[in-house]
Amino acid sequence: MTIHDSSETPPAGTPTTGAPRADILGDEEALRLRGDFPALHQSVNGHPLVYLDSGATSQKPSVVLDAERRYLETTNAAVHRGAHSLAAAATELYEDARVTVADFVGARDDEIVWTSNATEGLNLIAYAFSNASAGRGGEAAERFRLGAGDEIVITEAEHHSNLVPWQELAFRTGATLRFVPVDDEGVITAEAAAAVIGERTRLVAFTHVSNVTGAISPVADLVRMAHAVGALVVLDACQSAPHLPLDLDALDVDFAVFSGHKMLAPTGIGALYGRRELLNTMPPFLTGGSMITTVTMEKSEYLPAPQRFEAGTQRVSQVIALAEAVRYLRAVGMDGIAAHERSLGERLLAGLADIRGVRVLGPLDADRRTGLAAIDVEGVHAHDVGQYLDDRGIAARVGHHCAQPLHRRLGVTASTRASTYLYNTTADVDAFLEGVAGVRSFFGEA
Amino acid sequence: MGSPELANLYQQVILDHSKRKKGFGLAEGGAAESHQLNPTCGDEITLRLHLAADDTIERISWEGAGCSISMASASLLSELVPGLTRSEARERIALFRELMRSKGEGVEDDEPLGDAAALEGVSRYVARVKCAMLGWVAFEDTLSLSS
Ligand SMILES: Cc1ncc(COP(=O)(O)O)c(C=O)c1O
Repeated sequence: MTIHDSSETPPAGTPTTGAPRADILGDEEALRLRGDFPALHQSVNGHPLVYLDSGATSQKPSVVLDAERRYLETTNAAVHRGAHSLAAAATELYEDARVTVADFVGARDDEIVWTSNATEGLNLIAYAFSNASAGRGGEAAERFRLGAGDEIVITEAEHHSNLVPWQELAFRTGATLRFVPVDDEGVITAEAAAAVIGERTRLVAFTHVSNVTGAISPVADLVRMAHAVGALVVLDACQSAPHLPLDLDALDVDFAVFSGHKMLAPTGIGALYGRRELLNTMPPFLTGGSMITTVTMEKSEYLPAPQRFEAGTQRVSQVIALAEAVRYLRAVGMDGIAAHERSLGERLLAGLADIRGVRVLGPLDADRRTGLAAIDVEGVHAHDVGQYLDDRGIAARVGHHCAQPLHRRLGVTASTRASTYLYNTTADVDAFLEGVAGVRSFFGEA
Repeated sequence: MGSPELANLYQQVILDHSKRKKGFGLAEGGAAESHQLNPTCGDEITLRLHLAADDTIERISWEGAGCSISMASASLLSELVPGLTRSEARERIALFRELMRSKGEGVEDDEPLGDAAALEGVSRYVARVKCAMLGWVAFEDTLSLSS
Protein backbone atom coordinates (compact mmCIF):
# COMPACT_ATOMS: atom_id res chain seq x y z
CA MET A 1 0.00 0.00 0.00
CA THR A 2 1.41 3.35 -0.97
CA ILE A 3 0.19 6.23 1.06
CA HIS A 4 -0.50 9.54 -0.49
CA ASP A 5 -3.70 11.45 -0.86
CA SER A 6 -6.60 11.80 -3.14
CA SER A 7 -5.52 14.78 -5.21
CA GLU A 8 -4.23 14.50 -8.74
CA THR A 9 -0.53 14.76 -7.90
CA PRO A 10 1.36 11.62 -8.98
CA PRO A 11 1.32 8.97 -6.29
CA ALA A 12 4.33 8.58 -4.06
CA GLY A 13 6.13 5.50 -5.27
CA THR A 14 7.88 2.69 -3.54
CA PRO A 15 11.62 2.98 -2.93
CA THR A 16 13.58 3.44 -6.11
CA THR A 17 15.87 0.44 -5.94
CA GLY A 18 15.76 -3.03 -4.48
CA ALA A 19 12.82 -5.31 -4.92
CA PRO A 20 10.30 -4.66 -2.16
CA ARG A 21 7.94 -7.57 -1.75
CA ALA A 22 4.37 -6.67 -2.36
CA ASP A 23 2.67 -9.50 -0.49
CA ILE A 24 0.97 -8.78 2.80
CA LEU A 25 2.84 -10.22 5.67
CA GLY A 26 0.50 -12.11 7.89
CA ASP A 27 0.58 -13.44 11.43
CA GLU A 28 2.82 -16.33 10.53
CA GLU A 29 5.44 -14.11 8.98
CA ALA A 30 5.14 -11.58 11.82
CA LEU A 31 5.71 -14.36 14.34
CA ARG A 32 8.75 -15.52 12.41
CA LEU A 33 10.12 -11.96 12.38
CA ARG A 34 9.51 -11.70 16.08
CA GLY A 35 12.22 -14.29 16.52
CA ASP A 36 14.67 -11.60 15.40
CA PHE A 37 13.77 -9.27 18.28
CA PRO A 38 15.31 -10.36 21.59
CA ALA A 39 13.40 -7.81 23.69
CA LEU A 40 10.06 -9.27 22.64
CA HIS A 41 10.82 -12.59 24.29
CA GLN A 42 10.20 -11.88 27.91
CA SER A 43 7.53 -12.00 30.55
CA VAL A 44 6.15 -8.89 32.16
CA ASN A 45 4.18 -9.24 35.39
CA GLY A 46 3.87 -12.95 34.78
CA HIS A 47 2.52 -12.63 31.23
CA PRO A 48 4.30 -12.85 27.89
CA LEU A 49 5.06 -9.30 26.80
CA VAL A 50 2.59 -7.81 24.33
CA TYR A 51 4.45 -4.83 22.95
CA LEU A 52 2.07 -2.26 21.50
CA ASP A 53 4.14 0.89 21.93
CA SER A 54 6.17 1.01 18.73
CA GLY A 55 4.72 4.43 18.01
CA ALA A 56 6.83 5.68 20.90
CA THR A 57 9.84 3.54 20.11
CA SER A 58 10.34 0.25 18.29
CA GLN A 59 12.22 -2.82 19.42
CA LYS A 60 15.46 -3.72 17.61
CA PRO A 61 16.33 -6.87 15.69
CA SER A 62 19.58 -8.69 16.47
CA VAL A 63 21.07 -7.84 13.07
CA VAL A 64 20.87 -4.14 13.94
CA LEU A 65 22.41 -4.62 17.37
CA ASP A 66 25.09 -6.84 15.83
CA ALA A 67 25.89 -4.31 13.12
CA GLU A 68 26.49 -1.62 15.69
CA ARG A 69 28.65 -3.88 17.82
CA ARG A 70 30.59 -5.20 14.82
CA TYR A 71 31.38 -1.67 13.70
CA LEU A 72 32.61 -0.74 17.16
CA GLU A 73 34.70 -3.89 17.44
CA THR A 74 36.28 -3.78 14.00
CA THR A 75 36.20 -0.33 12.46
CA ASN A 76 35.55 2.35 15.05
CA ALA A 77 37.17 5.66 14.05
CA ALA A 78 36.27 9.30 13.60
CA VAL A 79 34.78 10.00 10.18
CA HIS A 80 35.90 12.70 7.74
CA ARG A 81 38.98 13.23 9.90
CA GLY A 82 42.39 11.67 9.40
CA ALA A 83 43.63 9.29 6.74
CA HIS A 84 44.44 6.04 8.52
CA SER A 85 42.79 2.85 7.34
CA LEU A 86 40.17 2.61 10.05
CA ALA A 87 39.16 6.24 9.53
CA ALA A 88 38.79 5.61 5.82
CA ALA A 89 36.74 2.46 6.38
CA ALA A 90 34.52 4.21 8.95
CA THR A 91 33.96 7.13 6.61
CA GLU A 92 33.00 4.79 3.82
CA LEU A 93 30.47 2.93 5.98
CA TYR A 94 29.10 6.22 7.26
CA GLU A 95 28.57 7.59 3.77
CA ASP A 96 27.24 4.28 2.42
CA ALA A 97 24.66 4.38 5.17
CA ARG A 98 23.57 7.78 3.93
CA VAL A 99 22.98 6.33 0.47
CA THR A 100 20.98 3.44 1.94
CA VAL A 101 18.76 5.66 4.04
CA ALA A 102 18.35 8.29 1.32
CA ASP A 103 17.27 5.61 -1.10
CA PHE A 104 14.78 4.23 1.40
CA VAL A 105 12.92 7.54 1.65
CA GLY A 106 13.21 8.61 -1.98
CA ALA A 107 16.01 11.13 -1.56
CA ARG A 108 19.58 11.65 -2.83
CA ASP A 109 22.39 11.06 -0.40
CA ASP A 110 23.48 14.71 -0.17
CA GLU A 111 19.92 15.58 0.86
CA ILE A 112 20.15 13.58 4.07
CA VAL A 113 21.63 15.18 7.20
CA TRP A 114 22.18 13.05 10.30
CA THR A 115 20.60 14.35 13.49
CA SER A 116 20.03 12.86 16.94
CA ASN A 117 16.31 12.51 16.30
CA ALA A 118 13.42 14.21 14.55
CA THR A 119 13.25 16.88 17.23
CA GLU A 120 16.80 17.97 16.51
CA GLY A 121 16.04 18.02 12.78
CA LEU A 122 13.09 20.35 13.31
CA ASN A 123 15.15 22.60 15.56
CA LEU A 124 17.91 22.61 12.95
CA ILE A 125 15.49 24.02 10.38
CA ALA A 126 14.03 26.52 12.85
CA TYR A 127 17.47 27.78 13.88
CA ALA A 128 18.65 27.96 10.29
CA PHE A 129 15.68 30.24 9.56
CA SER A 130 16.50 32.18 12.69
CA ASN A 131 20.13 32.61 11.72
CA ALA A 132 19.13 33.70 8.24
CA SER A 133 16.70 36.19 9.79
CA ALA A 134 19.59 37.59 11.82
CA GLY A 135 21.38 38.25 8.52
CA ARG A 136 23.52 35.13 8.19
CA GLY A 137 23.90 33.32 4.88
CA GLY A 138 24.03 36.40 2.65
CA GLU A 139 21.78 36.93 -0.31
CA ALA A 140 21.44 33.21 -1.00
CA ALA A 141 19.62 32.79 2.32
CA GLU A 142 16.96 35.37 1.50
CA ARG A 143 14.15 32.83 1.33
CA PHE A 144 14.81 31.71 4.90
CA ARG A 145 14.48 35.23 6.32
CA LEU A 146 11.42 35.86 8.48
CA GLY A 147 10.12 39.01 10.08
CA ALA A 148 6.98 40.86 11.11
CA GLY A 149 4.16 40.16 8.68
CA ASP A 150 5.46 36.72 7.70
CA GLU A 151 3.49 33.69 8.75
CA ILE A 152 4.53 30.21 9.83
CA VAL A 153 1.69 27.71 9.49
CA ILE A 154 1.43 24.50 11.51
CA THR A 155 -1.57 22.35 12.46
CA GLU A 156 -3.48 21.52 15.60
CA ALA A 157 -2.52 17.86 15.23
CA GLU A 158 1.21 18.33 15.74
CA HIS A 159 3.51 16.57 18.14
CA HIS A 160 5.10 19.14 20.46
CA SER A 161 8.36 18.62 18.55
CA ASN A 162 6.74 20.10 15.45
CA LEU A 163 5.10 22.89 17.39
CA VAL A 164 7.32 24.35 20.11
CA PRO A 165 10.32 25.02 17.78
CA TRP A 166 8.02 27.07 15.53
CA GLN A 167 6.60 29.01 18.46
CA GLU A 168 10.14 29.88 19.45
CA LEU A 169 11.08 30.78 15.88
CA ALA A 170 8.10 33.13 15.71
CA PHE A 171 9.11 34.77 18.99
CA ARG A 172 12.69 35.25 17.79
CA THR A 173 11.85 36.65 14.37
CA GLY A 174 8.61 38.55 14.93
CA ALA A 175 6.81 36.30 12.45
CA THR A 176 3.25 35.16 13.27
CA LEU A 177 2.50 31.53 14.05
CA ARG A 178 -0.84 30.33 12.72
CA PHE A 179 -2.40 26.91 12.83
CA VAL A 180 -4.74 24.84 10.71
CA PRO A 181 -7.55 23.66 13.00
CA VAL A 182 -8.39 19.97 12.81
CA ASP A 183 -11.96 18.78 12.23
CA ASP A 184 -14.10 17.03 14.84
CA GLU A 185 -12.32 13.75 14.14
CA GLY A 186 -8.98 15.40 14.77
CA VAL A 187 -8.10 15.30 11.08
CA ILE A 188 -6.18 17.88 9.05
CA THR A 189 -8.28 18.74 5.99
CA ALA A 190 -7.40 20.53 2.78
CA GLU A 191 -10.37 22.89 3.31
CA ALA A 192 -9.14 24.01 6.71
CA ALA A 193 -5.61 24.43 5.36
CA ALA A 194 -6.87 26.53 2.45
CA ALA A 195 -8.39 28.97 4.92
CA VAL A 196 -5.06 29.52 6.67
CA ILE A 197 -2.35 29.24 4.01
CA GLY A 198 -2.10 32.53 2.15
CA GLU A 199 0.09 35.24 0.67
CA ARG A 200 1.96 35.83 3.92
CA THR A 201 2.73 32.15 4.53
CA ARG A 202 6.46 31.42 4.35
CA LEU A 203 6.62 27.99 5.93
CA VAL A 204 4.11 25.16 6.39
CA ALA A 205 5.01 22.39 8.83
CA PHE A 206 2.76 19.39 9.42
CA THR A 207 2.78 15.72 10.24
CA HIS A 208 2.44 13.00 7.60
CA VAL A 209 0.70 10.66 10.05
CA SER A 210 -0.66 11.69 13.45
CA ASN A 211 0.92 9.89 16.38
CA VAL A 212 -2.40 10.13 18.24
CA THR A 213 -5.06 9.27 15.67
CA GLY A 214 -2.93 7.57 13.02
CA ALA A 215 -4.72 9.80 10.50
CA ILE A 216 -2.87 10.27 7.24
CA SER A 217 -2.59 13.90 6.16
CA PRO A 218 -3.53 15.20 2.68
CA VAL A 219 0.13 15.88 1.90
CA ALA A 220 -0.21 16.71 -1.80
CA ASP A 221 -2.98 19.24 -1.16
CA LEU A 222 -1.00 21.05 1.50
CA VAL A 223 2.18 20.97 -0.57
CA ARG A 224 0.36 22.43 -3.55
CA MET A 225 -1.18 25.23 -1.49
CA ALA A 226 2.12 26.05 0.17
CA HIS A 227 4.08 26.07 -3.06
CA ALA A 228 1.44 28.16 -4.79
CA VAL A 229 2.23 31.00 -2.38
CA GLY A 230 5.98 30.36 -2.40
CA ALA A 231 6.11 28.81 1.07
CA LEU A 232 8.43 25.96 2.05
CA VAL A 233 7.05 22.68 3.38
CA VAL A 234 8.36 20.73 6.38
CA LEU A 235 6.98 17.20 6.74
CA ASP A 236 7.16 15.35 10.05
CA ALA A 237 7.64 11.78 8.81
CA CYS A 238 8.19 10.22 12.25
CA GLN A 239 5.09 8.04 12.01
CA SER A 240 5.27 7.38 8.28
CA ALA A 241 8.90 6.48 7.53
CA PRO A 242 8.78 3.38 9.80
CA HIS A 243 5.39 2.17 8.62
CA LEU A 244 4.66 3.14 5.02
CA PRO A 245 6.55 3.20 1.74
CA LEU A 246 7.87 6.75 1.60
CA ASP A 247 9.00 8.75 -1.40
CA LEU A 248 9.89 12.26 -0.31
CA ASP A 249 10.85 13.32 -3.80
CA ALA A 250 7.43 12.32 -5.15
CA LEU A 251 5.68 14.00 -2.23
CA ASP A 252 7.54 17.15 -3.27
CA VAL A 253 8.15 18.40 0.26
CA ASP A 254 11.08 20.73 0.91
CA PHE A 255 12.15 19.29 4.25
CA ALA A 256 11.29 16.17 6.23
CA VAL A 257 12.42 14.60 9.49
CA PHE A 258 12.28 11.15 11.06
CA SER A 259 13.78 9.25 13.99
CA GLY A 260 15.73 6.00 13.76
CA HIS A 261 14.54 4.61 17.08
CA LYS A 262 11.00 4.31 15.77
CA MET A 263 12.20 2.22 12.80
CA LEU A 264 14.23 -0.57 14.39
CA ALA A 265 17.42 1.48 14.94
CA PRO A 266 18.90 2.64 18.24
CA THR A 267 18.19 5.98 19.88
CA GLY A 268 20.48 8.89 19.11
CA ILE A 269 20.07 8.83 15.36
CA GLY A 270 17.58 10.50 13.06
CA ALA A 271 17.64 12.32 9.77
CA LEU A 272 16.71 15.59 8.20
CA TYR A 273 15.85 15.59 4.52
CA GLY A 274 16.18 18.84 2.62
CA ARG A 275 16.11 19.59 -1.06
CA ARG A 276 19.71 20.00 -2.21
CA GLU A 277 19.45 23.64 -3.29
CA LEU A 278 17.85 24.57 0.01
CA LEU A 279 20.39 22.79 2.18
CA ASN A 280 23.24 24.39 0.28
CA THR A 281 21.95 27.92 0.84
CA MET A 282 20.68 27.55 4.38
CA PRO A 283 22.93 28.87 7.16
CA PRO A 284 24.13 26.20 9.61
CA PHE A 285 22.63 25.60 13.05
CA LEU A 286 25.36 23.86 15.07
CA THR A 287 28.84 25.06 14.15
CA GLY A 288 32.35 23.85 14.92
CA GLY A 289 34.65 21.14 13.67
CA SER A 290 34.05 19.09 10.52
CA MET A 291 31.63 21.50 8.88
CA ILE A 292 34.10 24.12 7.59
CA THR A 293 36.45 24.67 4.65
CA THR A 294 38.60 27.57 5.85
CA VAL A 295 38.77 29.04 9.34
CA THR A 296 40.61 32.23 10.27
CA MET A 297 40.47 34.04 13.59
CA GLU A 298 37.82 36.34 12.11
CA LYS A 299 35.50 34.14 10.13
CA SER A 300 34.85 30.77 8.52
CA GLU A 301 33.66 29.25 5.27
CA TYR A 302 31.33 26.29 5.36
CA LEU A 303 31.22 22.99 3.52
CA PRO A 304 28.28 22.19 1.29
CA ALA A 305 25.43 20.06 2.65
CA PRO A 306 25.19 17.64 4.31
CA GLN A 307 28.53 18.24 6.08
CA ARG A 308 27.74 21.85 6.86
CA PHE A 309 25.04 20.61 9.22
CA GLU A 310 27.10 17.87 10.88
CA ALA A 311 29.35 19.73 13.27
CA GLY A 312 31.47 17.83 15.74
CA THR A 313 32.33 14.15 16.04
CA GLN A 314 29.44 12.18 14.63
CA ARG A 315 27.34 9.29 15.96
CA VAL A 316 28.81 6.78 13.57
CA SER A 317 27.76 3.50 15.14
CA GLN A 318 24.13 4.61 15.27
CA VAL A 319 24.27 5.63 11.62
CA ILE A 320 25.59 2.18 10.71
CA ALA A 321 22.82 0.61 12.76
CA LEU A 322 20.14 2.73 11.10
CA ALA A 323 21.33 1.61 7.67
CA GLU A 324 21.09 -2.00 8.84
CA ALA A 325 17.57 -1.35 10.14
CA VAL A 326 16.59 0.08 6.77
CA ARG A 327 18.00 -2.98 5.01
CA TYR A 328 15.95 -5.16 7.34
CA LEU A 329 12.75 -3.20 6.65
CA ARG A 330 13.45 -3.37 2.93
CA ALA A 331 14.03 -7.08 2.98
CA VAL A 332 10.67 -7.57 4.68
CA GLY A 333 9.10 -5.05 2.32
CA MET A 334 7.41 -1.79 3.23
CA ASP A 335 4.30 -2.60 1.23
CA GLY A 336 3.83 -5.79 3.16
CA ILE A 337 4.47 -4.06 6.48
CA ALA A 338 1.96 -1.31 5.68
CA ALA A 339 -0.68 -3.82 4.62
CA HIS A 340 -0.10 -5.93 7.73
CA GLU A 341 -0.42 -2.95 10.05
CA ARG A 342 -3.48 -1.78 8.21
CA SER A 343 -5.18 -5.10 8.83
CA LEU A 344 -4.15 -5.03 12.50
CA GLY A 345 -5.49 -1.48 12.69
CA GLU A 346 -8.76 -2.57 11.17
CA ARG A 347 -9.12 -5.36 13.73
CA LEU A 348 -8.28 -2.91 16.49
CA LEU A 349 -10.94 -0.43 15.34
CA ALA A 350 -13.59 -3.10 14.88
CA GLY A 351 -12.85 -4.63 18.29
CA LEU A 352 -12.84 -1.31 20.10
CA ALA A 353 -16.15 -0.33 18.52
CA ASP A 354 -17.70 -3.32 20.30
CA ILE A 355 -16.55 -2.32 23.78
CA ARG A 356 -18.97 -0.17 25.73
CA GLY A 357 -17.67 3.12 27.08
CA VAL A 358 -14.67 3.21 24.79
CA ARG A 359 -14.15 6.02 22.34
CA VAL A 360 -11.52 5.83 19.62
CA LEU A 361 -9.84 9.15 18.87
CA GLY A 362 -9.63 10.05 15.21
CA PRO A 363 -11.34 8.79 12.07
CA LEU A 364 -13.06 5.41 12.39
CA ASP A 365 -12.26 4.37 8.86
CA ALA A 366 -9.18 2.11 8.65
CA ASP A 367 -8.40 3.38 5.16
CA ARG A 368 -7.59 6.80 6.49
CA ARG A 369 -5.16 5.74 9.19
CA THR A 370 -2.21 3.58 10.12
CA GLY A 371 -2.20 0.64 12.52
CA LEU A 372 -2.54 2.47 15.80
CA ALA A 373 -5.45 3.56 17.96
CA ALA A 374 -5.71 5.89 20.92
CA ILE A 375 -8.76 5.53 23.12
CA ASP A 376 -10.62 7.27 25.89
CA VAL A 377 -12.27 4.96 28.39
CA GLU A 378 -15.31 6.55 30.00
CA GLY A 379 -14.84 7.08 33.70
CA VAL A 380 -11.31 5.67 33.85
CA HIS A 381 -8.20 7.80 33.52
CA ALA A 382 -5.64 6.70 30.91
CA HIS A 383 -3.03 6.14 33.60
CA ASP A 384 -5.28 3.62 35.30
CA VAL A 385 -6.08 1.94 31.99
CA GLY A 386 -2.36 1.62 31.28
CA GLN A 387 -1.71 0.20 34.74
CA TYR A 388 -4.41 -2.41 34.26
CA LEU A 389 -3.00 -3.39 30.86
CA ASP A 390 0.57 -3.50 32.18
CA ASP A 391 -0.58 -5.92 34.85
CA ARG A 392 -1.45 -8.25 31.97
CA GLY A 393 1.91 -7.74 30.27
CA ILE A 394 0.53 -5.31 27.70
CA ALA A 395 2.74 -2.30 26.93
CA ALA A 396 0.61 0.60 25.67
CA ARG A 397 1.28 4.30 25.87
CA VAL A 398 -0.74 6.52 28.18
CA GLY A 399 -0.81 10.28 28.49
CA HIS A 400 -1.04 13.07 25.96
CA HIS A 401 1.62 11.55 23.67
CA CYS A 402 3.28 14.98 23.35
CA ALA A 403 0.19 16.33 21.62
CA GLN A 404 -1.67 18.40 24.19
CA PRO A 405 -3.47 20.72 21.75
CA LEU A 406 -4.92 17.79 19.78
CA HIS A 407 -6.09 16.07 22.96
CA ARG A 408 -7.65 19.30 24.17
CA ARG A 409 -9.43 19.69 20.83
CA LEU A 410 -10.78 16.14 21.12
CA GLY A 411 -12.01 16.92 24.63
CA VAL A 412 -9.65 14.72 26.65
CA THR A 413 -6.46 15.36 28.60
CA ALA A 414 -4.98 11.92 28.09
CA SER A 415 -5.56 8.72 26.16
CA THR A 416 -4.33 5.14 25.93
CA ARG A 417 -2.61 4.21 22.67
CA ALA A 418 -1.87 0.84 21.13
CA SER A 419 0.48 1.06 18.16
CA THR A 420 1.48 -1.89 16.00
CA TYR A 421 4.51 -2.79 13.94
CA LEU A 422 5.77 -5.60 11.76
CA TYR A 423 6.29 -7.96 14.70
CA ASN A 424 2.74 -7.69 16.07
CA THR A 425 0.04 -10.24 15.38
CA THR A 426 -3.72 -10.42 15.63
CA ALA A 427 -3.16 -12.21 18.96
CA ASP A 428 -1.50 -9.03 20.29
CA VAL A 429 -4.45 -6.94 19.15
CA ASP A 430 -6.86 -9.43 20.72
CA ALA A 431 -4.94 -9.33 24.01
CA PHE A 432 -5.27 -5.55 24.01
CA LEU A 433 -8.99 -5.73 23.20
CA GLU A 434 -9.59 -8.28 25.93
CA GLY A 435 -7.67 -6.11 28.37
CA VAL A 436 -9.59 -2.97 27.46
CA ALA A 437 -12.87 -4.86 27.73
CA GLY A 438 -12.11 -5.60 31.39
CA VAL A 439 -11.06 -2.11 32.42
CA ARG A 440 -14.36 -0.48 33.28
CA SER A 441 -15.66 -3.27 35.43
CA PHE A 442 -12.35 -3.48 37.31
CA PHE A 443 -12.62 0.21 38.17
CA GLY A 444 -16.28 -0.10 39.11
CA GLU A 445 -17.61 1.75 36.09
CA ALA A 446 -19.75 -0.96 34.56
CA MET B 1 -9.34 -10.09 36.93
CA GLY B 2 -6.09 -8.50 37.98
CA SER B 3 -3.05 -9.74 39.87
CA PRO B 4 -2.89 -9.53 43.69
CA GLU B 5 -0.47 -6.61 43.26
CA LEU B 6 -3.00 -4.76 41.15
CA ALA B 7 -5.76 -5.47 43.65
CA ASN B 8 -3.47 -4.15 46.37
CA LEU B 9 -2.80 -0.99 44.36
CA TYR B 10 -6.45 -0.33 43.68
CA GLN B 11 -7.98 -1.19 47.04
CA GLN B 12 -11.67 -0.54 47.43
CA VAL B 13 -11.08 2.44 49.71
CA ILE B 14 -8.98 4.03 46.97
CA LEU B 15 -11.54 3.40 44.24
CA ASP B 16 -14.25 4.79 46.54
CA HIS B 17 -12.31 7.95 47.25
CA SER B 18 -11.48 8.43 43.58
CA LYS B 19 -15.20 8.47 42.82
CA ARG B 20 -16.56 10.27 45.90
CA LYS B 21 -13.88 12.83 46.49
CA LYS B 22 -13.70 14.39 49.96
CA GLY B 23 -12.87 18.09 50.15
CA PHE B 24 -13.54 18.47 46.44
CA GLY B 25 -14.53 21.95 45.29
CA LEU B 26 -12.52 25.03 46.19
CA ALA B 27 -13.99 26.83 49.21
CA GLU B 28 -13.97 30.62 49.62
CA GLY B 29 -11.07 32.23 51.40
CA GLY B 30 -8.16 30.19 52.61
CA ALA B 31 -4.72 31.12 53.86
CA ALA B 32 -2.88 29.91 50.76
CA GLU B 33 -3.40 28.15 47.46
CA SER B 34 -1.17 25.92 45.39
CA HIS B 35 -1.48 24.54 41.89
CA GLN B 36 0.44 21.38 41.00
CA LEU B 37 0.75 19.70 37.62
CA ASN B 38 2.21 16.40 36.58
CA PRO B 39 3.44 17.20 33.06
CA THR B 40 3.86 13.59 31.97
CA CYS B 41 0.16 12.78 32.26
CA GLY B 42 -1.51 16.15 32.71
CA ASP B 43 -2.84 15.43 36.22
CA GLU B 44 -3.65 18.69 37.93
CA ILE B 45 -4.63 19.80 41.40
CA THR B 46 -5.41 23.20 42.91
CA LEU B 47 -5.56 23.09 46.68
CA ARG B 48 -6.45 25.67 49.34
CA LEU B 49 -5.48 25.63 52.97
CA HIS B 50 -8.04 26.85 55.48
CA LEU B 51 -6.71 27.68 58.95
CA ALA B 52 -8.55 27.96 62.26
CA ALA B 53 -8.11 30.99 64.56
CA ASP B 54 -5.43 29.13 66.57
CA ASP B 55 -3.40 28.44 63.37
CA THR B 56 -4.31 24.73 63.34
CA ILE B 57 -5.64 23.28 60.13
CA GLU B 58 -9.36 23.62 59.78
CA ARG B 59 -9.48 21.78 56.45
CA ILE B 60 -8.30 21.77 52.89
CA SER B 61 -10.41 22.20 49.77
CA TRP B 62 -9.28 21.28 46.30
CA GLU B 63 -10.20 20.59 42.75
CA GLY B 64 -8.46 18.92 39.88
CA ALA B 65 -8.49 16.15 37.36
CA GLY B 66 -6.39 13.08 37.03
CA CYS B 67 -6.01 9.38 37.58
CA SER B 68 -7.72 7.50 40.38
CA ILE B 69 -4.53 7.45 42.46
CA SER B 70 -4.03 11.22 42.39
CA MET B 71 -7.70 11.89 43.08
CA ALA B 72 -8.03 9.32 45.87
CA SER B 73 -4.83 10.52 47.47
CA ALA B 74 -6.01 14.14 47.66
CA SER B 75 -9.36 12.95 48.97
CA LEU B 76 -7.76 10.85 51.69
CA LEU B 77 -5.54 13.77 52.60
CA SER B 78 -8.63 15.95 53.03
CA GLU B 79 -9.97 13.48 55.57
CA LEU B 80 -6.71 13.30 57.45
CA VAL B 81 -5.72 16.89 58.07
CA PRO B 82 -8.56 18.70 59.90
CA GLY B 83 -7.46 19.56 63.45
CA LEU B 84 -3.75 18.97 62.92
CA THR B 85 -1.15 21.54 63.92
CA ARG B 86 1.31 22.67 61.28
CA SER B 87 4.08 20.50 62.67
CA GLU B 88 1.82 17.46 62.88
CA ALA B 89 0.84 18.07 59.27
CA ARG B 90 4.47 18.23 58.21
CA GLU B 91 5.16 14.98 60.05
CA ARG B 92 2.31 13.30 58.20
CA ILE B 93 3.62 14.54 54.86
CA ALA B 94 7.13 13.27 55.66
CA LEU B 95 5.73 9.89 56.70
CA PHE B 96 3.60 9.63 53.57
CA ARG B 97 6.60 10.50 51.41
CA GLU B 98 8.61 7.81 53.18
CA LEU B 99 5.81 5.32 52.55
CA MET B 100 5.68 6.23 48.86
CA ARG B 101 9.42 5.79 48.53
CA SER B 102 9.44 2.44 50.32
CA LYS B 103 9.23 0.37 47.10
CA GLY B 104 6.54 -1.88 48.54
CA GLU B 105 8.29 -2.30 51.91
CA GLY B 106 5.96 0.00 53.85
CA VAL B 107 6.89 1.98 56.95
CA GLU B 108 7.15 0.84 60.55
CA ASP B 109 4.08 2.69 61.75
CA ASP B 110 1.59 3.97 59.21
CA GLU B 111 -1.14 4.52 61.83
CA PRO B 112 -0.77 8.37 61.72
CA LEU B 113 -1.77 8.27 58.05
CA GLY B 114 -5.20 6.82 58.73
CA ASP B 115 -6.91 5.47 55.61
CA ALA B 116 -4.25 7.10 53.42
CA ALA B 117 -2.01 4.19 54.42
CA ALA B 118 -4.03 2.19 51.90
CA LEU B 119 -1.97 3.90 49.22
CA GLU B 120 1.03 1.80 50.24
CA GLY B 121 0.58 -0.35 47.11
CA VAL B 122 1.52 2.66 44.99
CA SER B 123 5.09 2.48 46.27
CA ARG B 124 5.69 -0.64 44.17
CA TYR B 125 5.02 1.36 41.01
CA VAL B 126 7.67 4.06 40.77
CA ALA B 127 5.88 5.74 37.85
CA ARG B 128 2.76 6.27 39.99
CA VAL B 129 4.38 7.75 43.09
CA LYS B 130 4.14 11.23 41.58
CA CYS B 131 0.39 10.74 41.14
CA ALA B 132 -0.06 9.90 44.80
CA MET B 133 2.16 12.78 45.92
CA LEU B 134 0.44 15.47 43.85
CA GLY B 135 -2.09 16.64 46.46
CA TRP B 136 0.41 16.26 49.29
CA VAL B 137 2.96 18.43 47.51
CA ALA B 138 0.27 21.06 46.98
CA PHE B 139 -0.64 20.83 50.68
CA GLU B 140 3.01 21.14 51.71
CA ASP B 141 3.32 24.17 49.45
CA THR B 142 0.34 25.91 51.09
CA LEU B 143 1.87 25.29 54.52
CA SER B 144 5.05 27.07 53.42
CA LEU B 145 3.21 29.86 51.66
CA SER B 146 1.05 30.62 54.70
CA SER B 147 3.72 30.62 57.42
C1 LIG C 1 4.68 12.57 14.96
C2 LIG C 1 5.93 12.70 15.77
N1 LIG C 1 6.69 13.78 15.62
C3 LIG C 1 7.83 13.95 16.32
C4 LIG C 1 8.25 13.02 17.24
C5 LIG C 1 9.52 13.27 17.98
O1 LIG C 1 10.47 12.29 17.76
P1 LIG C 1 11.79 12.25 18.63
O2 LIG C 1 11.37 12.35 20.04
O3 LIG C 1 12.41 10.96 18.30
O4 LIG C 1 12.60 13.43 18.22
C6 LIG C 1 7.46 11.87 17.44
C7 LIG C 1 7.83 10.83 18.41
O5 LIG C 1 7.75 10.93 19.59
C8 LIG C 1 6.28 11.72 16.70
O6 LIG C 1 5.49 10.65 16.86
